[in-house]
Amino acid sequence: MKHILAGLVIAMAALVGTVQADEYPERPIMLMVSYGAGGATDFQARIVTMTAGNEDALGVPIAIINKPGAGGRVGWNWFATEADADGYTLAAYNIPHFIAQSIKGGVEYSKDSFEPIANWGADPAVFIVGTESPFNSMADVIAWAEANPGKLTFSGAGLFVGHHIAALQIEKAAGVTMQYVPTKGGGAAAMKAVIAGDVMAGINNLSDAYRAREAGNVKILAVADIQRNEEFLPDVPTMMEEGLDVDNSSVNFRGIMVPKGTPDAIIEKLAAIVPGMFMNSRVLGKMAAGGSPVHVMNREEVLAMWEERDAYLRELLKDL
Amino acid sequence: MEFLTYFADVFTVPAMLLLVGGTVGGLILGATPGLSPTMAVALLIPFTFQLEAVHGLILLGAAYTSTVAGGAVSAILLKIPGAPANIATTLDGHEMARRGQGARALQLAFLASLVGGLIGVALLIFLTPVLAEWALAFGPSQLFWLAILGVTIIGSLGTSSVVKGLLSGSIGLWLATVGFDDILGVQRFVFHSSLSGGISIVPALIGLFAIPQVIAMFAEGRRRSSIEAISVEKHPLSRAVRELLSKLRAVAIGTVSGSIIGLIPGIGGQIAGLVAYDQARKVSPDREKFGTGHSEGIIAAESANNAMVGPSLVPLLTLSIPGSPTAAVLLGGLLIHGIFPGTDLFDNHPDVAWPFINSMLIGQILMCVFGLYVASLAARVALVPKSVMAPIVLGLAVFGSYSVQHSMGDVYVMAALGTMMYFLERFGFSAAPLVLGLILGPIAESSFIQGSLIAEATVGPFAYFFGGALNILLVAIVVTSVGYSLYAELRSRRAARDAS
Repeated sequence: MKHILAGLVIAMAALVGTVQADEYPERPIMLMVSYGAGGATDFQARIVTMTAGNEDALGVPIAIINKPGAGGRVGWNWFATEADADGYTLAAYNIPHFIAQSIKGGVEYSKDSFEPIANWGADPAVFIVGTESPFNSMADVIAWAEANPGKLTFSGAGLFVGHHIAALQIEKAAGVTMQYVPTKGGGAAAMKAVIAGDVMAGINNLSDAYRAREAGNVKILAVADIQRNEEFLPDVPTMMEEGLDVDNSSVNFRGIMVPKGTPDAIIEKLAAIVPGMFMNSRVLGKMAAGGSPVHVMNREEVLAMWEERDAYLRELLKDL
Repeated sequence: MEFLTYFADVFTVPAMLLLVGGTVGGLILGATPGLSPTMAVALLIPFTFQLEAVHGLILLGAAYTSTVAGGAVSAILLKIPGAPANIATTLDGHEMARRGQGARALQLAFLASLVGGLIGVALLIFLTPVLAEWALAFGPSQLFWLAILGVTIIGSLGTSSVVKGLLSGSIGLWLATVGFDDILGVQRFVFHSSLSGGISIVPALIGLFAIPQVIAMFAEGRRRSSIEAISVEKHPLSRAVRELLSKLRAVAIGTVSGSIIGLIPGIGGQIAGLVAYDQARKVSPDREKFGTGHSEGIIAAESANNAMVGPSLVPLLTLSIPGSPTAAVLLGGLLIHGIFPGTDLFDNHPDVAWPFINSMLIGQILMCVFGLYVASLAARVALVPKSVMAPIVLGLAVFGSYSVQHSMGDVYVMAALGTMMYFLERFGFSAAPLVLGLILGPIAESSFIQGSLIAEATVGPFAYFFGGALNILLVAIVVTSVGYSLYAELRSRRAARDAS
């Protein structure tokens, strides 16, 4: 009897679950961005969710809320511990940031705290110098760094973010030590340090560096990705082409996730709809206008990418 | 004079409707505690998706201009600064309102905002290339000294005793270290999950300024039935204009310091008002009257925080570097229309850039007109008994703190800091230096860490932090500022001893 009752309860729960998924979503959805309003992640999140209310998408609008602080740790801590796993609370993720932070410790999340839905963008890190800089290639930079160990200052947006990963990879690949100067306040402050000559070089987002180069403020020496960016920077070589064994591990992937414990039916429904929403022609137009590279991946591809990054970053960061 | 030819684009029907809408909306958002200019502009960005680029930017420009000034309304009437920019306005503005001259305070605030704002935008129009170089001159070492300069101002803000001012400032500096360290990501002083994100400025502002007076209102309300928390008598506009013209020194100090500080990336408008207030007090013959509802205090603070608006866009428009959080949001608004700010912005997109800047000029005037109208309305609504006023302010304080990040944690922080401040105020401490410490702490700390890292790899710490004309100048101002405070303290003590 007990078993039958238990079975009934489970069946009821399953039934309620499917009913919920059928009706989901019936009210507006919140998307938490763990960076401030106006930053690249916030800006892109607002664009890719702007058509959520369309009938062929979710049919309800997505509202962005910002919980910035400590390179994203504040928002993701909140998301892992306090957010409701009901499908109405989504968050934007940044890879490698949150995985690198979880490996480094001191936070309440890991890749297993979240369930990815879909990826919308991939912003590779690039190596930049001011227009007046004597450096014209990565070879120039490495040669100077070899002659002056620890004296080459270069900026990036904080520790354990994509820029820092790229910095570590470059130092490891070339066998040199350089002085990485983390800034706070995202890529903008790191960019300012390069343009103003506070530091000798810098690592920054491809999209921001592309605009800075258009404005005549920086030279871009290499892109930390496995292939050139044909859309925005076809003339800039990859690190590999420059003779440095640096892959795409620092590429800043951005996408949407939900907390662990969200009903499977809701995850599946979101995973089925959201990639199409990212491919909406209006979304693509706005992303291209802002110089933001689009890279849509479905849930399975993102899961695989998270696994791969986690394993690689554990290896890279274990000596730190 | 190229910009004049683009005024035609602003005086079209849709552009003017957006300007008026953006200004009125911005004033309301700015006057709402917790909605800072940054958030107000961020809220408007989705609306600009549907507009033409030039119209979208006109809307954003008008909103930016008017939210900064709108913050003066709650600062004066409720003693809740709408944003850090309006902290200094509370010091004299609310005191004046408590004397029943809220209309006068509001009129002075909006008129001073207009003058400062117009001059700030004029600087943006005529001096942008020169100013851009100046903005870049501030690297980590200069920013560090600038933050230290702010800390030395702390001692003299809103309190009679330098020692108590410095102590309040130190509490603020300590509170700023709570939470994750922004550069290294290490947790500090996190005893409760509400603190893991650190103490955000806006909930702290609301708590420190609003809660002590809410508690005081409840306490007094129990004792006797007092009405008129703030009564506002009618005040002819012409008198306010004449008063402003008689205080040109305060206007000049406010406008100049606001423009200079607005220009520096990273410090932005948060401290422009406070620095201007401090400078205006130091050179005023009536310096004892500051903090008691003195018009020069309001004028210096409000002309500074609107003068900051124009120059704060210089690094954004010329170098594509947003110098303030609000400028970062505006950058998003530009990018979404495919417009990349940079040195050639005015060559490639004059049809968008100039109307945007012109709209801020017109926006200043509209802001002043509607602001003065609000001032006349306030005369009718502000006759409220304290027993009604206290719950209203408390409600706004909770709403404002919660709305920043949709977080109850911020509400707890607001309440805890406010309660602490109530007791501190009874011992003669003041909220303004505490907040300044909270704002400047992270700037000083991160600039110092970055500067040290660079110095370590290059010329060494001493040469890095003390080398160069700008560093030496800033250090000299710091030394003078500390010396002046000590001198003033000693003099007032001697005067007190002689009197007794």
